[in-house]
Amino acid sequence: MSARMSTLAQLRGRIERLEAGADAHALHRVALGHAEADATLCGGLARAAVHEVFAEGHQGAAATGFIAGLAGRVTSRRPLVWVRQDFSEIESGAVSMSGLVELGLDPRRLVTVRAADVDAALRTAADALACDALGAVVLEVWGEPRQLDLVASRKLTLAAQASGVTALLLRLAAVPQPSTAETRWIVRAAHSPPSAPWHAWGAPRFDAELARNRHGPVGRWIMEWKCDACLFSEPANSQPLSATPAHRPHQAQVFRRSA
Amino acid sequence: MSTPSDAPTVVVAKQNNALQIYALDDLAARSGLEVGLPLANARAICPELTVFDADPVADAKTLNDIADWCDRFTPLVALDPPHGLYLDITGCAHLFGGERALLQSVCGALTRRGFVVSAAIAGTSVCARTLTRHASGKIIADGEEADAVGPLPVSALGADVAIISGLRRAGLKTIGDVAARARHEITARFGAGFTTLLEHALGQGDAPISPRKPLPDYIVEKRFPEPVATDHVIAVNLSALAKMLVTAMDKQGKGARRLEASFFRTDGAVRTITVDTGRPVTKPEMIDRLFRERLDALNDPLDPGFGFDLIRLSASRTEIVVQQQRDLDANVHDNDELAALIDRIAARIGGKRVVVHLPQDTHIPERAVLAASAQHHLAAATQAAWPMRIEGEPPLRPLRLFEKPEPIKVPFASVPDGPPHQFTWRRVTHAVVRVEGPERIAMEWWKQNGQALTRDYFRIEDTQGLRFWIFRDGLYEGELKSNDEGEPALPKWFVHGLFA
Repeated sequence: MSARMSTLAQLRGRIERLEAGADAHALHRVALGHAEADATLCGGLARAAVHEVFAEGHQGAAATGFIAGLAGRVTSRRPLVWVRQDFSEIESGAVSMSGLVELGLDPRRLVTVRAADVDAALRTAADALACDALGAVVLEVWGEPRQLDLVASRKLTLAAQASGVTALLLRLAAVPQPSTAETRWIVRAAHSPPSAPWHAWGAPRFDAELARNRHGPVGRWIMEWKCDACLFSEPANSQPLSATPAHRPHQAQVFRRSA
Repeated sequence: MSTPSDAPTVVVAKQNNALQIYALDDLAARSGLEVGLPLANARAICPELTVFDADPVADAKTLNDIADWCDRFTPLVALDPPHGLYLDITGCAHLFGGERALLQSVCGALTRRGFVVSAAIAGTSVCARTLTRHASGKIIADGEEADAVGPLPVSALGADVAIISGLRRAGLKTIGDVAARARHEITARFGAGFTTLLEHALGQGDAPISPRKPLPDYIVEKRFPEPVATDHVIAVNLSALAKMLVTAMDKQGKGARRLEASFFRTDGAVRTITVDTGRPVTKPEMIDRLFRERLDALNDPLDPGFGFDLIRLSASRTEIVVQQQRDLDANVHDNDELAALIDRIAARIGGKRVVVHLPQDTHIPERAVLAASAQHHLAAATQAAWPMRIEGEPPLRPLRLFEKPEPIKVPFASVPDGPPHQFTWRRVTHAVVRVEGPERIAMEWWKQNGQALTRDYFRIEDTQGLRFWIFRDGLYEGELKSNDEGEPALPKWFVHGLFA
């Protein structure tokens, strides 16, 4: 009996060590720039972990912008590998380098991998995550493929922990499923703030919902990406504090410019 | 009752609008048939004839497969269509126990596989070919070519039918007869080409053969007395070969940019697997890993069959390696690691699928960026000069761009040149809340010969906060001509991109 207990104790000890190993990288967090979100995330987005961004089909561009922002924050001038499926490019367009430049990000350190299918994309992403020279790996997947299950998610998490590279999963046209991700975001586009029509409008604004946070509470904020400073921030114009447009269309009318 | 084995067999092809004999076996030849005879005549001579259609494509493929197999003897194998092969065995013969043994081993192996072989070794390729047309197994030392080919009939030279019949008519039956004539007479009658051919056959000059593949810079290979078939043994041997190859390259300070592993199966099939790298490879582990990736990702896996009896690893493209001193600069290390990663991914899914992006000097949005192979353009991409964004402005170019602009339905526009108030894209109607534009982008008339229309781009936001980049194809009045009834043509609208 005692032998069995000691085996159990050993296993517990081993699991604790594994968990501790996972937390070693957790100290490295990158502030997003949005004060409330950073406070909720205990200082920022954890490196060496998997973060998921979900979007409905027509919100793909907003989610892409959000994940590009996250990647821009965590890579810090190191190379970024963007793995995408062929189908995703047909369905929601290719990530445009001119667009990345406009967001204030650097396309020079970006390597795009055009995987034919999910299997190739997953495998490539796992390979890339093992390379510690990278700043981050973005895996863009369309829909809800069967291959991207809990096991695949766990593999990505382990690879990210081992190398210290951040994995960012862009899930287009998908609904959240159980996974081992550190954080999970659901992103929608947010309105430009109401302003005079001749004002410059159209800075990327996201209605970002933190739907899962392994080490803290969740929340929902309107975030604006500052293209010049390369960070997220509270919306400059503080009128639409909560996310109105998606669920309360009658209020959205308020912001509509009389045509 | 006749079976194919005891009936004369011929292959026929359509020539001059009639089926003529293209090839025949010994039995048919003994029955008095010959190449070029019409099939009808042949049937009259020999009614129990078995006839096959000629298939030149399959013939060429078979010849290529045999050439692949011959790669085991020498890297310089040239095709001599329709059914000849040149093997340049200079410096190779001793590896196989001398010229005689080599000749016997080639002929023996091919005969066992059911081919009829006629082979010869001589100082010049034309001489050797001439000898094979008459008898198999001859080995002619340097300087004895003229004596060897002299007694052979002129047809053995393989010149044009017209030339051969001309020679016969002139009473010149053997090559020796022709050689005895003065060269200028022959040239005047049959052309300089024939004289050159004759001289080559007599060993008085040599034409280079054109090998199928360029000679690799470095080759290492391993032969197995007992064929190997298990993955593990193959992998171990490949690693050993990689070490040998690296050692050989290292002596001259070279690294491999393209590696080829050839697996020679005992039944003659040869499988060659190529791996390209972005920067010269100098480590055996790297070669090992690249091949492992490639072999894992093959659509039709390596099939050892009854085993491989020869594995060859060659570096077909090499580069001088500049030895860099390792310093504390993490950047250099990162670049190396990234290049290695790109090589690995490219080995797995193909070099064209791993790309970096280079800015192009054009205003056309879909051509503003060139996706180039990351293996070859990584350094260029990291130093590319991208146009700067305008500070304080929101993004003016969309983050996601459609390769082909997608058509949208615009019910009406209040002013002809103005933006739409609503549009339907992918069966969803979007009401426009904000608009900015137009940004007019004219096509490159100097490249397109005036086909493409000028585009007016609008940045718009809909009620949901989604931001689109749409354009109207063509200008009113100018490019969109009125139709016959005098009504203006309706412009087409497209969505080209989506903003974050």
